[in-house]
Amino acid sequence: MSIAAEASQTGETRTRSPLRRIWARLLNFVKFGANADPDNRVPFYRHPVLVRVTHWLNAGVLLIMLMSGLQIFNAHPALYWGRQSDFAHPLLSLTGLRTSAGEDVRGITQLGPWRFDTTGVLGASRVEGAMVARGFPDWATLPGPQWLAMGRVWHFFFAWLFAINGAIFAIYALARGHVRDLLPTARDIGNLPHEIVEHLKLRFPKGEAAKRYNVLQKLAYFTVIFILGPLVVLTGLTMSPTMDSAFPFLPWMFGGRQSARTIHFLCAFSFVAFFIVHIVMVVLSGTWNNVRAMITGRYMIEKSDAHV
Amino acid sequence: MSDSSRRNFLRGAAVSAGALTLAGCKSLSQTHWVQDVLYTAEGLTRRVQRLFAGSHALATEYSKADIAPVFRTNGTLDPPTDDYQGHLQEGFAYWEIKVDGLVEHPLTLSLADLRKLPSRTQITRHDCVEGWSCIGEWTGVPLRIVLAMAKPKPNARYCVFYCADPMDDSDDDGVADSNFYYESHDLLEATHPQTLLAYELNGKPLPVANGAPVRLRAERQLGYKQAKYIQRIELVESFAHIGGGKGGYWEDQGYNWYGGI
Repeated sequence: MSIAAEASQTGETRTRSPLRRIWARLLNFVKFGANADPDNRVPFYRHPVLVRVTHWLNAGVLLIMLMSGLQIFNAHPALYWGRQSDFAHPLLSLTGLRTSAGEDVRGITQLGPWRFDTTGVLGASRVEGAMVARGFPDWATLPGPQWLAMGRVWHFFFAWLFAINGAIFAIYALARGHVRDLLPTARDIGNLPHEIVEHLKLRFPKGEAAKRYNVLQKLAYFTVIFILGPLVVLTGLTMSPTMDSAFPFLPWMFGGRQSARTIHFLCAFSFVAFFIVHIVMVVLSGTWNNVRAMITGRYMIEKSDAHV
Repeated sequence: MSDSSRRNFLRGAAVSAGALTLAGCKSLSQTHWVQDVLYTAEGLTRRVQRLFAGSHALATEYSKADIAPVFRTNGTLDPPTDDYQGHLQEGFAYWEIKVDGLVEHPLTLSLADLRKLPSRTQITRHDCVEGWSCIGEWTGVPLRIVLAMAKPKPNARYCVFYCADPMDDSDDDGVADSNFYYESHDLLEATHPQTLLAYELNGKPLPVANGAPVRLRAERQLGYKQAKYIQRIELVESFAHIGGGKGGYWEDQGYNWYGGI
């Protein structure tokens, strides 16, 4: 809506053919996002090389961790709270049920007291044409077929890369003061309502303000990197009986091994939720500008915020 | 393009992209060098975990109130061989466990012999590789007492546990294989104070489905490392010549030998 308003203000675009105008707007959206002035831009060195490298490594590693994690989950697709499994009362379960002989398997997702028929995706899905009981479908797991041993081997190899890559970033961020860029200040928090409204209008910071992360970015990145990251590692370690013997406070801290497993699962899907929002924001605020910044470090910002 | 043909095209594109990815992942998982690289993490994990847990860190022991009403069973629930069923009929009166291999004093222990040895009772959490946990009370002889009687030779590195339960026909040739369940632990885990030759669960003789008459408890390891229906313990320098050479029935199917995670 506001793209159209903006375009109609500029006399230059009015003279072009409608098709070229739409093409120019689309190009501008891909480059700089919604509500962006394509002219009047200067490059700004945004991401140091260490941030760029750890970012892309993390993206690949997380995808493998998620998919191999779902493979492991499929070996017993149910979650519990506490020290042990109360098999009659799972918090969540994905089961394949055959109600009568000869009938296809139905996928049933049970979340607390609620039951949903999720045939085809959760509880039962097609593997090479045949409907079989499995928690998550084969396109979501690594490896695709039911293969717990290999899922664990993938998961525990890439867990090391995830932890090492995360630690390198964290040490760098602490040593170079990058944590301050990610930590919301009191002023940021005060600005939160305004920032939310601006984001809903798809109006993103320009000029000097675009050189820093806004409060929503800070909250999202700080939470994911310094809370979700350590939490997923610690709950993962809590599932190891040997680590529990070395550090009994681990299961104690999370309310038991099965609680830790549930929190680990929630962390995984929090990463998925973050990823979806992250991608939406990248697209809305300029796919090309953002992706280039994360590859080369250079980010184009508008010179002044007079436009807003 | 009509709406439905566009939908079909998009669906086709999505399915082929998905199939390509899946095929990629499946074949990667079956590629030897990829497997070799991925399996290297196991040694690192074992060393680092041992660094923290050492030989003496104890698994948490729980109270009577934590004991699960029914201890979940898994794997073999009732070994179908005539030999085992005969022992079951006799109440395991003639069941024997041999301790041999690289030992100074090979032993043959009956159930009565085991019960005469000092015992330990512990309420611990059993963690299955599938992801679930169950708490039970186990009573048995610490394995290190039995090993001390047998006196392992200096070159003995592993205990191999041979079990009475035959496993499925894994090569699908229609002929039941003679491969029985087996497992192995290194001496560090075997001599851990909570590693037991357990003969009781929750104060009663071990049920058949839980490994009667004697099973292993290795409380810092996953369930598949805790062999049931034990008939023989062999001390070896290497398990490369046993079964598939990976140190256990499930290890031969690709599961990690180190079962602490």
